[in-house]
Amino acid sequence: MGIEQKAADMGVVTTNLEMAVNWGRTNAMWPLLFGLACCAIEMMSAQASNYDLSRFGMELNRPSPRQSDLMIVAGRVSRKMAPVVRHLYDQMTDPKWVIAMGDCASCGGVYNNYAIVQGVDEIVPVDVYVAGCPPRPEALIDGIMMLHEKVKREKVIGTEEQDKPIWVMRANLIQVSMPDEKS
Amino acid sequence: MILMDNATVRQHLPAAFPQIQTNEFRGTLRIMVPREQLLEVARFLRDTPELRYIFLENLCGVDYLGREPRFEVVYHLLSFEYQHRVCLKVGVPENDPTVPSLTAMWPTANWQEREAYDMFGIVFSGHPSLQRILMPEDWEGHPQRKDVPLGYEEVAFTFNQDQIYAQKHFAKE
Repeated sequence: MGIEQKAADMGVVTTNLEMAVNWGRTNAMWPLLFGLACCAIEMMSAQASNYDLSRFGMELNRPSPRQSDLMIVAGRVSRKMAPVVRHLYDQMTDPKWVIAMGDCASCGGVYNNYAIVQGVDEIVPVDVYVAGCPPRPEALIDGIMMLHEKVKREKVIGTEEQDKPIWVMRANLIQVSMPDEKS
Repeated sequence: MILMDNATVRQHLPAAFPQIQTNEFRGTLRIMVPREQLLEVARFLRDTPELRYIFLENLCGVDYLGREPRFEVVYHLLSFEYQHRVCLKVGVPENDPTVPSLTAMWPTANWQEREAYDMFGIVFSGHPSLQRILMPEDWEGHPQRKDVPLGYEEVAFTFNQDQIYAQKHFAKE
């Protein structure tokens, strides 16, 4: 029996500061809505009761950058919109993370043309890329959980790994089976 | 009940403008207007009591690369009173892409002329504020012209992604 368990029996929990801080950050991440196109529909259903993003402490999805620390860029960003995305990112308080949801936000997707920014990583640093056109809500939730894993590994002084993005590309995501209406 | 057909327009138009050519395409009358006469012809079609084309349905630019004149501005007019449509086509040469603005006659032309200017670089003289409407203001060139390349950047595959990402600009914190 170690000292930690002994202390826990007495009602004292020992941990280190980084774990406590990262635990707090992952379990109350406030997303900034950035629905720009069809991916926003999947993002909305991820928040709705079927998939229930609130399980991860993401109760409040609102378009208010000052109170957010996670930006989900869902959809293609046009070049005229790009300064707005960067402006909102600059308004968010540190620490802040960005998820590029879908192919268009990750790399431009099918829109390889003059009007669309070829990947939102040209304007804001991206932590997690979620592939799909559009990605299913499970894929988005998977990306958010990947981000949680990443945040849990963060150090207060910062590591090299912290700046490296993650790509979420899982072809065989488990589909939630919906009850048949007839049966 | 047919209130007006193409023949009615063809009766009225030559009396006022004898040189203007017309033809029909899939039942729509097309009037080829030289740009010097555009304002007069538009005013004639709008104000003549037998025609009354009071509504400008749409306006767009077209790029016929390799043809002279290179550009064309197409106007579709609608007469509510006689339930009839007509199409005006104005050729615009590449070296002097100027067309008189119809904003004073139909306010709906305002934004659509700005779009044609933004996409094709056709200058509408007399427009109240001819700025870009869709592209950012610091954008160079006119993207819908046929000589603008289609793709924006090379597509990255596994065999060439390292070279492409080495040149690509990524944002920092």
